[in-house]
Parts: sequence; C-alpha cells; structure tokens
Amino acid sequence: MTIPNAIETAHLRKTFGSNVAVSDLTLTVAPGEVFGFLGPNGAGKTTSVKMLLGLIAPTAGEMRLLGASARDHRVRQRVGFLPEHFRFHDWLTASEFLHLHAALYHMPEAAVRQRVPELLELVGLSLHAAQKLRSFSKGMLQRIGLAQALLNEPDLIILDEPTSGLDPVGRRLVRDIIRSLKQRGATVFLNSHLLSEVEITCDRVAFIKHGQVLQISSLQTLVEGELTVQVRAHPLTPQVVAGLSQWSQNARADGDHLTLTLPGEVDLPAINRYLVEQGVDVYALQPQKVSLEDLFIQVVGTDGGL
Amino acid sequence: MNIRNATILVIARLTFREASRRWVLWVAGIFGLIFLVVYAIGFIAIRRDILLHPPGQLMTKEIYGFILMAGLYVVNFLTTIMTVLTAVDTLSGEIASGTVHTLVSKPLRRWEIVLGKWLGFAAMMALYLLLMGGGVMGIVYVISGYMAPHALPGLGLMALGMLLLLSISFLGGVTLSTLANGVMVFGLYGIAFIGGWIEQFGSLLKNQSAVNVGIISSLIMPSEAVWRRAAYEMQSTLVRTFGGLSPFSSQSAPSRAMVLYAVLYAALMLWLAMRWFGKRDL
Repeated sequence: MTIPNAIETAHLRKTFGSNVAVSDLTLTVAPGEVFGFLGPNGAGKTTSVKMLLGLIAPTAGEMRLLGASARDHRVRQRVGFLPEHFRFHDWLTASEFLHLHAALYHMPEAAVRQRVPELLELVGLSLHAAQKLRSFSKGMLQRIGLAQALLNEPDLIILDEPTSGLDPVGRRLVRDIIRSLKQRGATVFLNSHLLSEVEITCDRVAFIKHGQVLQISSLQTLVEGELTVQVRAHPLTPQVVAGLSQWSQNARADGDHLTLTLPGEVDLPAINRYLVEQGVDVYALQPQKVSLEDLFIQVVGTDGGL
Repeated sequence: MNIRNATILVIARLTFREASRRWVLWVAGIFGLIFLVVYAIGFIAIRRDILLHPPGQLMTKEIYGFILMAGLYVVNFLTTIMTVLTAVDTLSGEIASGTVHTLVSKPLRRWEIVLGKWLGFAAMMALYLLLMGGGVMGIVYVISGYMAPHALPGLGLMALGMLLLLSISFLGGVTLSTLANGVMVFGLYGIAFIGGWIEQFGSLLKNQSAVNVGIISSLIMPSEAVWRRAAYEMQSTLVRTFGGLSPFSSQSAPSRAMVLYAVLYAALMLWLAMRWFGKRDL
C-alpha cells in the first residue's frame, strides 16, 4: 500500500474580482517531507494556505490533503494549522484555549487532560496555563498557537509564518518541534519569510510568484551544490594562482585574498595540499555554499513581485 | 465522538463563557435587578394610592393590567436592544479579527459554528427574557394578585420577537461589518415600528390603505407585529374589546398567520446565515 501524498494541488486558482491572487498552483508534497513555501509579499502564499484549509474556496482547480478531498472537513481531523496572524479568543486562559480546540478536534476528555499539560510544557508556557491570552506577548501567542496546531498529533501540519513573532529561543523551539514532527513521520508545510529558518529545516522548497510555482528545489542539492571558496594565504604569486586552473577556471587573487568556485567540496584537500607544496602559508580556507537567499533572488528576482 | 464534544454544543458553551468573561451576563443581570427593584417600588407606590381611593374593582384591574403591560413593553424593548447589541458582532467580529481562522480550520462544518452561536445567544436571551418578563409578572402578581391572561403564550411570542432579531443580526454578521449590521437591524426595526403605528391608526380610523402599509412593513420585518400579538394575548378582555391607543396595547391584533410568518422568517434568516457563512471566504 502506498501512502498518499500529504498535499496535492492541480491548477489551483483564486481570483478576487479582477485581482488574481493565485493563478495556477500545481504542487505535490510527499508524506514525511518538510516543505518550504517561499515567495515575495503578495505572491499568494497565504491565499494558497487558506484554500488548503477550507478558509477560502478556490475559483478553479483540485486539491487533496492526505489522500482525501480538501473540501471534506473530516480530513482536517488529521491536520494542524497555525494561522499567520494568530488572533485567538483572548478572554480564554492558555489552558482553556487548548481545551476548546481539543474539543473542536473531538478529542476524548481523558486524552485532552493528558495532552494539554504536555503541550504547555513543550512550548514553555506551563507557568502561564491559567493566564488569559489577553496578557500574552506576541511570542507567547505564537507558542500557544503552535501548541493548538499540535493538539491532534497531526499527520500534516501547516504553519503560516510560525517564527515571525519569536525571539531566537522561540525559533529554536520551532525548529526542534519541526524536527520531532519529521521523526514521527508527519508532513510539515512551512510558509515563511525567514529563509535561514527554511534552509535549516526544509527538505524541499517551492518558489512562488504571482500565484504560480516558479521552481521546486531540493535543499539537498543546494547543500551538495556549487561552492565559493575564500582563501587567505601568502604569497599568492600569479604562477600559484594560474596553477589553480586545474580545479577552477575563475580563481582570482587580491592581495592575500583568493576567491574561487568549485563544483563540490571533494577538491578542497587537494587545493590545500597544492598551496602548501608551492610554499604558500595558508591562514584560512573557507568554503561557502550558495545560500537559499541567493537562490531565492536568482529565481524570484529582485522586484519583489510588485 | 461523544455528545459533549459535538461542535454545536462546544460553540454554544463558548458563547455563554464569552458573555460571562466579558461581563455582559453580570452587567445585564445587575441592571436587570435594579430595573425590577425600581418597577416594584413604583408599583407599590401606585397601589397604595389605589387602595386609598379605590376606583372600583374593574378599573383597578385595568390599571394593574396597564402597568404590567408597560413593564413588559420595556422588557421587550430591552431584550431587543440586548439581543442586537450582543449578537451583532459575534460573526463579523470573529471574521474581522481573524479568530475565526483557528475555528474554521478544524474538522467541522461551518454552519455548526453559526448554529452553535445562535443557540448560545438564544438560550442566553431567553433566560434574560424569562427573568425580566417573569420578574415583572411576578412582582405584579405577588403585590396585587393580578396575573395577565395568556402569560406563557405572551412570553413565548416575546421570545419569538427576540429570535427574529437574533437571526437577522446573524445574517447581517456574515456579510456586513459590525457597525453596518447594527445599522441595518435597527433600520429594519424602525420600519416595523412605524409600520405598526400606522396600522394601529389605520385600524382605529378604518383606513384600509394605512392598515396595508402596516401589513407590508410587518412582512418586511415582523418584530413589531409579534410584539403586538404578544400584547394582545396578555392584555385584559376590556382593552381587547374597546381598544385604546398605546404602545402597550394592541388595537388590531396580528393574525396567527402573521405569527407563523414570523417563525418562518426567523428560520429562513438563520438558514441563510448558515448557508452564506459556509460559502464566504474568510
């Protein structure tokens, strides 16, 4: 038996009057994947997420979650969701808030009594369980929202900007939670602006603009891809630099600084050995990967989609 | 899934809790109590006067009936205002603030949220109506021994009027902003109110055109017609027979068909609210 894809959309489209929010979204997220959904402001990311969760009805197209039609409310029994603006009923306490949403997931009372303290502990809000959400900071609201999205131990969790209100400690918490979800075999769909976060957590990313997928990249290939190497060494004579051409065609020296690009990291030891054999003193040799940010700008462009 | 976790009941309970947390229940309760105390003191004062100079048994009864209907008229008005004020924001507010996103993305059907909230408000306002209307009737009965005829059908009709406004507020809440919704509901209420008066005059003057204006306005919004039917049920036979023009009495009683129309009207509004809320983008 094959496990169905966590998310499958085909030619998903949403227009508001003459305004096209999502023009043609087709993507597949495999089960157990941590999938990043990237794009400039106004690219249609939140509209797409809202369509998947039944908050917005698509104008056209198909969508399936966990093998079932996303239009069937029952599939959301296995889905967790943290909305972008995390506005909650702020007259509830943290604990009451989780009890309410557990009831909406139709969780049995005994399971709720066990799960709520566990989740409060997980997101670091145990001491604030009896405090009203009204008095919560932005970061605390995001944490309780995250706990809410984990109540039903979802097979698919959709996080819309989960770290926007969080400090570095909170962000690490989100990363750890995503990692443990992945270990459990759950699928994580992450809509985020924070590319460094996405780079650390995601398996694959989709770049979207004007509501269309421009490119889907595996972050594995990003890791294994081209490197830029920064070398600090002395003396970098023209002969030494010319000799590097056996590994790289674009070695450039500027004083004691040398820059070259390599297809991978396999040649690094040989380059180091070569420099030493040429009588060069090597002070630093730093390989740098193409960052997700570089890739983002390369794919999406610098106009920000405006 | 057990019954405690049925979405409709979870949302209905949430509505009660919200009203309690936001002090709506307590403030309404406290001022309701003050209202009843003022009413009781006023009634005792008037009764003392009547006992000093008895106007005859029949007239005494009519005076008690008049004061009772005045009390019930205010209770009806208060219930109307309270219903609109509290319910007008419940859907539009959640939509505007975004709190609705975490609710609707749960494994539930959207109409369950609407119906749950409606039931919560209906129960809350029915309780208010019962305490206030029952309180007014109880005060008059305990002090003077006078009881309105058909008290229970009367209260039931007042409750129907409340449910009408509740359902319209819900329907408006799906499509309009809180403020626009409030303006619309009171606008309709105003049409019903003036239409009802024109109909009363028309009936008194035997002017069929004026009566027709009243009937049409009652079809647009039957709340005033339902109140007049309630007043008709609870007023004394003498007032019923000979009439007299006051907001607390009814010159021409709306028919049973109008009551049935009001029931269907409220049900239709609620149904439309459930349907539209199910379809709109959030």
